[in-house]
Amino acid sequence: MSSDAVLPAPRIARPRLRRARRVLMFVLSMVLVAVLWEGYKWLGPQNGGEVFGWKILPRAKDSIMPHVGDIWSRFGDPINRASDETVLSVVAAGVWFSFRLVLAGFAMGLVAGVALAVLMTRLRVAERAILPYLVISQTVPLIALAPLIATWGGKVEIGGWEWPRWLTASVLGAFLTFFPIAVGTLKGLKSPPPAALELMDSLASPWHRTLFTLRFPAAVPYIVPALKLGAAGAVIGVIVSEISTGLRGGIGRLVTEFGQKATSDPAIVYTAVLGAAVLGLLMAGLIAIADAIFMRNRPKEIES
Amino acid sequence: MSAVEVLGVDKIFNAGKTGQVDALVGIDLTVEPGEFVSLIGPSGCGKSTLLRLIANLTEPSSGGITVNGKSAKQSRLDQDYGMAFQQAGLFEWRTVARNVELPLELKGWDRSKRRARAREMLELVKLPDFADHMPWQLSGGMQQRIAIARALAAHPPLLLMDEPFGALDEMTREHMQAELLRICAETSTTVIFVTHSIPEAVYLSTRVVVMSPRPGRITDIIDVPLGGARDDDTRETGGFFEKITEVREALRGAEFGTGARGIEDR
Repeated sequence: MSSDAVLPAPRIARPRLRRARRVLMFVLSMVLVAVLWEGYKWLGPQNGGEVFGWKILPRAKDSIMPHVGDIWSRFGDPINRASDETVLSVVAAGVWFSFRLVLAGFAMGLVAGVALAVLMTRLRVAERAILPYLVISQTVPLIALAPLIATWGGKVEIGGWEWPRWLTASVLGAFLTFFPIAVGTLKGLKSPPPAALELMDSLASPWHRTLFTLRFPAAVPYIVPALKLGAAGAVIGVIVSEISTGLRGGIGRLVTEFGQKATSDPAIVYTAVLGAAVLGLLMAGLIAIADAIFMRNRPKEIES
Repeated sequence: MSAVEVLGVDKIFNAGKTGQVDALVGIDLTVEPGEFVSLIGPSGCGKSTLLRLIANLTEPSSGGITVNGKSAKQSRLDQDYGMAFQQAGLFEWRTVARNVELPLELKGWDRSKRRARAREMLELVKLPDFADHMPWQLSGGMQQRIAIARALAAHPPLLLMDEPFGALDEMTREHMQAELLRICAETSTTVIFVTHSIPEAVYLSTRVVVMSPRPGRITDIIDVPLGGARDDDTRETGGFFEKITEVREALRGAEFGTGARGIEDR
């Protein structure tokens, strides 16, 4: 029975080998960035340069582009002469502080985005009424929004509960998270073909059963890439909000604080920038884990 | 009690507006338990619409439909029928066994009972070793057999099929037709089967319902007395060819002046 031949399972590279190769590529890419950085310092003009009359080449001198080694060793030094706290511990504490705000914002954005997508799937009127506003909402400049939310939040008081200052940063993170998740989830919830929906109807499945048995599982390949966009949004929202509302404790604040020391201590600026990058990597790692869990046993077709 | 009774059913889309379509007009059809009835006709004759009316996936504009002596809606709510479509439509995130269990889940069966029934159904469609495979690991013909197992999992007395073998190659298709007859005989299931193919309709059916478009209506009903036990040799008999000719001529008559489009003559 040639027609009944089982298709071979898709070729999957041995996972351990693949993982090792990924780690290797990651390390290699970091080495490459360091080499490029040092190479430019070696070859580039000390006081910047012009290309066809345009001043676009950055200055390669140590006070603008410190050596990679200097940035690295700066992590181990005390933050200032009066303190025995190292830069590393300060940056790590800042990343940890911001990471929790990002997680809170991401969670709020996820709940709001999925709830909106479900509402828009249930009621076509809702889709037409809500979707344009969602698009418009994303054009509001973040820097303008942060103080506004902080002011509104300051007026909120429910039975003794007061709006904590960090919540403004999380809300702004949620504001950037919910949009890609709402749009991606909506597309996913509407992805089942008519025959699949008719099958559920023929089995007398009520709407909420069809939602959880068919629509949500079918939406997973659309939701996972949306989570990636949403996670990036949460990081940006929190950092921008920390900077524009002056919230202390997070990596956003450290970026501005260290920035002010740029002339006397150029290396420390980049420790905060690297800290912000690590924050992004932490979220990317979380989403990669979610991806691996939710997409197991799936044909790998839809890639974003 | 008849398995299906359709009385004076009309189905009009966009009634009273421009672009009104008389999908079905004056349909009367009675199907007795144990029958295998095929609906055949060119595109636009309303055969799929008729099937979906019986399944209560859409409501008639007028007329009445009873399934197992109940209203079509009540029968759907009671899962009195199973349904299979042209695409197998298996859920790619579920194992084969969990796909077969889907109707039982919606009926609220407990896990061990579902497991046992899924195993039984996979035996029936001769794929007992594939319970834990994912659907995308199976060929098109195997997927369609799983879809039939799913449709029959709750042991419904009626099976509604909308061109279930339309996407399969000819060899697989003939094999699946024989399998379907065996399965229906073993489970004594009544079948209503929509198809484009004349030989498929004749080989499978006890009666072939010939339909024509604009407006969609039944123009002929042809008995196929080839007996219950049919196998590949049946396809070589004179009686089989006679019936194919009869159905083809009925289709030509139904299509007077317009030409039978969308009919496979093989």
